[in-house]
Amino acid sequence: MSEIADRVKKIVVEHLGVEESKVTPEASFIDDLGADSLDTVELVMAFEEAFGVEIPEDAAEKISTVKDAIDYIEKQKAA
Amino acid sequence: MQGKRGLVMGVANNRSIAWAIAQACALQGAELAFTFQGEALEKRVRPLAESIGSDIVLPCDVGDDAAIDETFAQIEAKWGKLDFLVHAIGWADKQYLRGRYLDTPRDAFLQAMDISCFSFTAVSRRASALMQPGGSLLTLSYLGAERVMPHYNMMGVAKAALEASVRYMAADLGGAGIRVNAISAGPIKTLAASGIGDFSYILKWNQLNAPLERNVSTDEVGGAGLYLLSDLSSGVTGEVHHVDSGYHIVGMKNPAAPDIAAIKD
Repeated sequence: MSEIADRVKKIVVEHLGVEESKVTPEASFIDDLGADSLDTVELVMAFEEAFGVEIPEDAAEKISTVKDAIDYIEKQKAA
Repeated sequence: MQGKRGLVMGVANNRSIAWAIAQACALQGAELAFTFQGEALEKRVRPLAESIGSDIVLPCDVGDDAAIDETFAQIEAKWGKLDFLVHAIGWADKQYLRGRYLDTPRDAFLQAMDISCFSFTAVSRRASALMQPGGSLLTLSYLGAERVMPHYNMMGVAKAALEASVRYMAADLGGAGIRVNAISAGPIKTLAASGIGDFSYILKWNQLNAPLERNVSTDEVGGAGLYLLSDLSSGVTGEVHHVDSGYHIVGMKNPAAPDIAAIKD
């Protein structure tokens, strides 16, 4: 697992207060991890802060799983 | 702030400006109560309130007069009096925070006005009835009330009305020794700001063009809030106090700032 994936996972665990084992790449924030709509906004803000990236609203709307977040951030960091 | 009791309305999470103001007041010994709207916000506000030793966390839908009455009845029952109030509440249908202001439909306009402007009047009427001379009422505004900001649209119009209401209430309550002020904060990345289009561009623009050449933190607004709620500002009322790195005095971009095209993204 990449360093970015590790950190994303850690942020999700911390923010949503879920068990680490539940935070799989396929896990959906809302459907599997119990996030509400404010959580998803807060998570995006936490990712932006932690990785120093900007996640515009239209991109943020498409981030619904842990993998979506990791992929987006990895792409931004690679650019 | 020792011995003072204040009601803080509109904390959403630990990034909220209202939370920074609450923390600054609590640090100086103020006793606080909080209101929230809806379960999603309750689960965020309650732990924050507990972290500063506050156990008064009440629901309040500021769009409903009976709900506001109930909130203040509870405050009166618990405390009997109130020394200050922080109103950090606004709402507008995101759908119209883009495109032309001109196209705002009536119902969206009225709702934004009701929640973002009238709610401060509604809560101030109840709060001031519990206050003695020295009481202080504070709300939050933005420069979009005075100048045109892209996408801010009907929120700008509502904030302009809110700032006008600060002046009228300051006149109404001045004789009773109660002060009414607003803080016009620079852009800060809060949960509420996440609804505003191109917000990171606005942040960047302010950072490059404000006299202090940076954005403000919620702690800085917290400090200004503490001042306006405390007796340090006992001679100040009807004021819209800018906490924005000085951006409101600027007429054109900083010559040293890069061209707009260069900072897009």
